[in-house]
Amino acid sequence: MVLQSSKRHYRVWNHRRLGPWCSPTGSPAPLSCETGCGEGSWILVCRLLVPTQVSLLSMEEDIDTRKINNSFLRDHSYATEADIISTVEFNHTGELLATGDKGGRVVIFQREQESKNQIHRRGEYNVYSTFQSHEPEFDYLKSLEIEEKINKIRWLPQQNAAYFLLSTNDKTVKLWKVSERDKRPEGYNLKDEEGRLRDPSTITTLRVPVLRPMDLMVEATPRRVFANAHTYHINSISVNSDYETYMSADDLRINLWNFEITNQSFNIVDIKPANMEELTEVITAAEFHPHHCNTFVYSSSKGTIRLCDMRASALCDRHTKFFEEPEDPSNRSFFSEIISSISDVKFSHSGRYIMTRDYLTVKVWDLNMENRPIETYQVHDYLRSKLCSLYENDCIFDKFECVWNGSDSVIMTGSYNNFFRMFDRNTKRDVTLEASRENSKPRAILKPRKVCVGGKRRKDEISVDSLDFSKKILHTAWHPSENIIAVAATNNLYIFQDKVN
Amino acid sequence: MLSKGLKRKREEEEEKAALAVDAWWLDPGHPDVAQAAPAVASSSLFDLSVLKLHHSLRQSEPDLRHLVLVVNTLRRIQASMAPAAALPPVPSPPAAAGAADSLLASSDAALSASMASLLEDLSHIEGLSQAPQPLADEGPLGRPTGGAPPSLGALDLLGPATGCLLDDGLEGLFEDIDTSMYDSELWAPASEGFKPGPVEGPGKEEAPELDEAELDYLMDVLVGKQALERPPGPGR
Repeated sequence: MVLQSSKRHYRVWNHRRLGPWCSPTGSPAPLSCETGCGEGSWILVCRLLVPTQVSLLSMEEDIDTRKINNSFLRDHSYATEADIISTVEFNHTGELLATGDKGGRVVIFQREQESKNQIHRRGEYNVYSTFQSHEPEFDYLKSLEIEEKINKIRWLPQQNAAYFLLSTNDKTVKLWKVSERDKRPEGYNLKDEEGRLRDPSTITTLRVPVLRPMDLMVEATPRRVFANAHTYHINSISVNSDYETYMSADDLRINLWNFEITNQSFNIVDIKPANMEELTEVITAAEFHPHHCNTFVYSSSKGTIRLCDMRASALCDRHTKFFEEPEDPSNRSFFSEIISSISDVKFSHSGRYIMTRDYLTVKVWDLNMENRPIETYQVHDYLRSKLCSLYENDCIFDKFECVWNGSDSVIMTGSYNNFFRMFDRNTKRDVTLEASRENSKPRAILKPRKVCVGGKRRKDEISVDSLDFSKKILHTAWHPSENIIAVAATNNLYIFQDKVN
Repeated sequence: MLSKGLKRKREEEEEKAALAVDAWWLDPGHPDVAQAAPAVASSSLFDLSVLKLHHSLRQSEPDLRHLVLVVNTLRRIQASMAPAAALPPVPSPPAAAGAADSLLASSDAALSASMASLLEDLSHIEGLSQAPQPLADEGPLGRPTGGAPPSLGALDLLGPATGCLLDDGLEGLFEDIDTSMYDSELWAPASEGFKPGPVEGPGKEEAPELDEAELDYLMDVLVGKQALERPPGPGR
């Protein structure tokens, strides 16, 4: 693997406003109350491109001069595989948006502050900080290279002026502190202004150093490194509601950590069989309950979810609740198990429900009912007849994520052809939108897309065979309180906003 | 994606529909296929799955989820093919199987080496003190140190040391190593030789107590000439 050593600069392509700015309401506005899910009320706020090998225009210059190199932005060849976004996450206030990529880098975007002069710019996100979180490593014992790809980022709730986040690759979790520095001390006695030590014999007077303002600098420092606890690949991390612990889950085990202690962790789930030949199931995702610090869930490759209570025993191998939907006999095929494999599990903000994503559907489960989900939404059922081809090209193993909106009334997940889907749980309406440069005019309302499954294809519909399976939306995020969403399409990050009339 | 304004011709659509129909028999998801020709559909799918399994195992650090899902799918396919006689080592259609076989044969050495290391990693990462047991030459015997042999089972593609993946069918992939190997008389004399007695020498001094024939057999197994004789038990 080639180390990306080139400096990275980021460009923000802000679409010019064509209409008057509509600021979102303060409280979460479910789609059903406003313009409705199916009527295309989403607009593109900005598209953030993460390129390499670029000319050395810095972010500040961009904002000042508004010079956008259009020819550069149009050229995809500048993007390398290291730039593929692998995770997206808003922080708890929605002020910050973090992305991780295959190259091990983390980029944090900050929401533009509201100001009287530039009120129309609110809602846009600009680069706040970037840092190399993980580097490729070599495990000498096993002669294996450990990928630096960031699998997950999770924010900690803010407790002081600094921001903290957890980022993880396959093997190691790191706690990063992101802090601002806008003052610096001046007037040292023993050092001169360049930091060189002064000859003590030349010092004849004493002075008190003072803090003077400086240009804002955002620095990221690794505060903790939690390593050597996972034999298999980490797929999830989740911060506990006690803000003191978090868990990391790999294919076969889940470990509980204390933020302050890096040299040990507690193993709370272990599904590794004594004989590996008996292995038939792996852990695919795990998450803590948002309010009950003793409760967590983990999903499996067999389409099951287990809810565990850490008060019951130290090792939570025996679940408290077991969620599984019986197989539909009419839909049975060789691929039944693969498509039932859960790729993501998320608690609702309320903590009453969990949402799971498998290959073709999103399901909502009530914690109090284990035998079947209360809601099932078809994401792209037209793929059901194509499973053989999708197995052949490995697309059937793609892991899509799913997210709740702030009020738990709408759920969103990605699909192929840069499509993503939203389902309104109240009105039962759904919409398919596309994150694509070609189809996004500045501030224009996103047009709902439709896939034609057979028969006559209408204008603007896309037939199943025309879908581009290399363009997959695996990672999306929803602002915690507003209708702002972030959608990652390869190396592009799209930010959309619900236009409220 | 079609660019704007480009109309798809009606004939094209029909042609595509026809092509899609022609290939329906390959798709086990299709309701008709389930009744019509499961054996035919399964064998090509079987080959594909075997290839995927190989590819997965060849990775320096395989994706466990992918591996498990492919293995489970293989089990399903095999279960559906079971009624059709004993599983032939070269399932039809011959072309695909031939390709798979040659792929298997040529990559066996590398595969077994990589798989051996994989299995060691998976089984011994917790610090078990078993010595590495390369499978390429010795077959699954290895050295009888410790208790259980390395966990091969579902991930054991070698089966008998004949180099052909499917000699004893998919069953061989999923059955235990016959631990009677370790209880056999071949080794008993050596251990018996360690009886408390005046001479507490190392094992080599006891070696002459082994029959010459037994030694020969042992050597043959070690160099892979002799197929291991394991009772083909029921799949796990």
